[in-house]
Amino acid sequence: MDSHSIATTVDAHGHDVAHEHEHPAYLRHHFVSYEQQTETASFGMWLFLLTEIMFFGGLFTAYMIYRNWYFPAFVAGSHQLSIFLGSLNTLVLISSSFTMAMGVWCAETKRHKGLVWALIATLILGIGFLGIKSVEYHEKWEKHHIPGDTFSVQSFVNPDSDAEAKAAHDKPLGLDMARKTEVYFSLYFAMTGMHALHMIIGIALLCGMLFKAVRGGYMDGNIAFVENFGLYWHFVDIVWIFLFPLLYLISRHQ
Amino acid sequence: MSTIVILPDQATARVPKRNYLTNENGILSWLLTGDHKRIAILYLISITFFFFIGGALAGLIRLELLTPQSDLMASDTYNKIFTMHGVVMVFLFLVPSVPATLGNFLIPIMIGAKDLAFPKINLLSWYLYLVGGAMTLGAMITGGVDTGWTFTTPMSTHFSNTNVITTGLAIFVAGFSSIFTGLNFIVTIHRMRAPGMTWFKLPLFCWAHYAASILMVLGTPVLAITLVLVVLERTIGIGVFDPTKGGDPILFQHLFWFYSHPAVYIMILPGMGVISEVISTFSRKRVFGYTAVAFSSVAIAVFGFFVWAHHMFIMGVSNYAVLVFSLLTMLVAVPSAIKIFNWTFTLYKGSITFETPMLYAFGFMGLFTIGGLTGVFLGTSGTDIHLTETYFIVAHFHFVMVGGMLMAFLSGIHFWWPKMTGRMYPEKISQLAAVVTFIGFNFTFFPQFLLGMLGMPRRYAAYPAEFQVLNVFSTAGASILGVGYLLPMIYLVWSLKYGAVAGANPWQATGLEWQIQSPPLTENFTTIPIVTQDVYDYEWLERQKEHEVTHVG
Amino acid sequence: MSEEFENHDPNSGHTESEHHIVGPATYAIIFAALLVGTALTIGASYLEMGAWNPVVAIAIACIKATLVVLFFMHIKYSSKLMKLTVGAGLFTFLILVGMSLSDYISRAWGQW
Repeated sequence: MDSHSIATTVDAHGHDVAHEHEHPAYLRHHFVSYEQQTETASFGMWLFLLTEIMFFGGLFTAYMIYRNWYFPAFVAGSHQLSIFLGSLNTLVLISSSFTMAMGVWCAETKRHKGLVWALIATLILGIGFLGIKSVEYHEKWEKHHIPGDTFSVQSFVNPDSDAEAKAAHDKPLGLDMARKTEVYFSLYFAMTGMHALHMIIGIALLCGMLFKAVRGGYMDGNIAFVENFGLYWHFVDIVWIFLFPLLYLISRHQ
Repeated sequence: MSTIVILPDQATARVPKRNYLTNENGILSWLLTGDHKRIAILYLISITFFFFIGGALAGLIRLELLTPQSDLMASDTYNKIFTMHGVVMVFLFLVPSVPATLGNFLIPIMIGAKDLAFPKINLLSWYLYLVGGAMTLGAMITGGVDTGWTFTTPMSTHFSNTNVITTGLAIFVAGFSSIFTGLNFIVTIHRMRAPGMTWFKLPLFCWAHYAASILMVLGTPVLAITLVLVVLERTIGIGVFDPTKGGDPILFQHLFWFYSHPAVYIMILPGMGVISEVISTFSRKRVFGYTAVAFSSVAIAVFGFFVWAHHMFIMGVSNYAVLVFSLLTMLVAVPSAIKIFNWTFTLYKGSITFETPMLYAFGFMGLFTIGGLTGVFLGTSGTDIHLTETYFIVAHFHFVMVGGMLMAFLSGIHFWWPKMTGRMYPEKISQLAAVVTFIGFNFTFFPQFLLGMLGMPRRYAAYPAEFQVLNVFSTAGASILGVGYLLPMIYLVWSLKYGAVAGANPWQATGLEWQIQSPPLTENFTTIPIVTQDVYDYEWLERQKEHEVTHVG
Repeated sequence: MSEEFENHDPNSGHTESEHHIVGPATYAIIFAALLVGTALTIGASYLEMGAWNPVVAIAIACIKATLVVLFFMHIKYSSKLMKLTVGAGLFTFLILVGMSLSDYISRAWGQW
């Protein structure tokens, strides 16, 4: 047989018995080495993030078109958002990215307490982000700015009736353009909603990871989950890095 | 007729007792398996189930179209029938067909690995497929969808009062099944190749699946977000596509076709991978221009992303867009043509035999060529204006998808049947079935080119009486085609018990999968092979036979 | 770590993510840069720059995203394959947005 084999001893189940004890316990059988396993897992996570890039891509495409078509409506809609809360959320999320990166470092350098605190910090910041978001969403509900049957264009046709519009010195929009603010808010809710959904999933995973970390996990070198979750978390941060200026900062200079 | 099949002595040969089918018993060992081969079989059963549902719907379409009036069913019902036919056939059959069955089964073995990179995600893929399929069935049973499989807005968002939301979500779920399969394949092919298995020793089957996987990973998410937006618009009134709120229905089409055009390459590329393997084996020759075929697969994947608006020429896109997309469509035809040329040159001066897989492969080459050439008429915007939304389109995509892809699928199933089951299928009846399928196919779909050119619109239950003769021809052909598809169901199942024992390499084919037992062990290889031979290296195979060793384990 | 096996694996492109551990100092610098970038973005939105406003905003966002990808997500220290993967994703995203917009630019650009 031309294909030589690596000298191994193989038992009835095809297990590589002689080398078994040299492999870490968490090495899966279809991998040759732990290095191969972790690189594979990392590659898999990056490919998943590519799907996320394309998933949000559709929303960004829609945004580009409608912002061009209905710019005054987008300006008026953007002025309804609180720069303070948006900036705060941006700070919170970037900080959570930093704490998550620190968490990965702690896992890599086997710092147990560091990892736990980093994950707790990330969790708190992540929940904080969602808390601020829900405050914002609630405000939109109160002001009838959620697209659908309850949507009202009062704030845009008559800016003086609306605190945010008045503060931004908005001029009244014609009824036609005022109605287009519903497109702006459709995109606002679709994009931030999708983003928030990804945050929620991330937080759920984070809780599971924290639970395991508290009980001593991730200190034996098997840290692929932490690293790959970090990639996911950073990606969610990147989406927000783009959402913030596109949604909150459309022309604050009028 | 000469044959290359060499079977072991049937008096003494037995299917190996220890293999992936017998390794573990019980229903849970199947439902919770991580073994890529078992998952492939699970997929095979599921997609066959959905294929027959889609086929039954096709039968209803053809029955209705026997007469010019809409007499078998009302137009509303007819809309639902062709929509469900499209949804089931595209998303639940064609997209997963070769990748999830043959790809799952063979890719790890072909590269010399023990399994895919992520076995649990592979299993998850299958469950997502089932959930998507069940939701689709549920939508069908509780009233169906009538928007066409293309879900065009504003029909799907506002005017249809059928199960758009359920079906949309069903496809969303099935889409993730596809994404995870593609993700698994890309990582596996990059990272799990055996020592010595360099990229240019990979079978072209692997290259084809790699290219298709790139499309799955990058394209499907756009469909996902598009369906989400349609569902949101239907439920809570987020008006991204709604013209009354300032949205643009054309935007839906841009996003939809951004996936759905690469989707057709997701569907065909794995089939082309099968054809490369089959043509090589039954010509006893290395595939001509291996590098060109490999790179053309990737080229199809890349260019496939640049042409989607050729589905939208009459929809209101700009003349500039029409020009650019039309030119790019001409470009994407080139790599496909390269493959056809290379397969033809593989045949030239080869030792050709006509076993069933090869018959299907010949059918593929002829029918895909016709389908592909008619695509050029459609890519040319001037002629497209006349031909679009007519039966010419219907004929075009059935030629490439059914005459092409489905034939490739059947070719592959027959070719690797001995490997997957340890048994040979009965050759004579299967050759008959292949011929019947080919004849039935041409009778069904060739008249539809003529109908389209004459002006018969698609998606109409009632049509002008002058089109009836060709429609009757088409329906008659469909009944023959049905027989052609039913026969394999019967004899393949029959062969599981009564088929000849196949042995490791009945086809005397190259490739790592033929160097191991049939059916394979769960772990595929007892020792990881070190690959020294070239791909499609028939000389190496001859030397192997001289040493009387044909399998490991 | 991996040297204990005779590794014939042709796939072991020497990625350094296992060996190169990015430390807190780097992370802190990037964190600071991101905060500065955020402040710049907010400030820039209050300046009247006409058509340049969205360009500046996106440009700053791209720089911030690049910093996150290179350092927080370790791409700077990763294999060519990983870099290529990120590039492929970016490229396809740009195709989606760019070619869709090319249709709109050529028939319906400006206030509708």
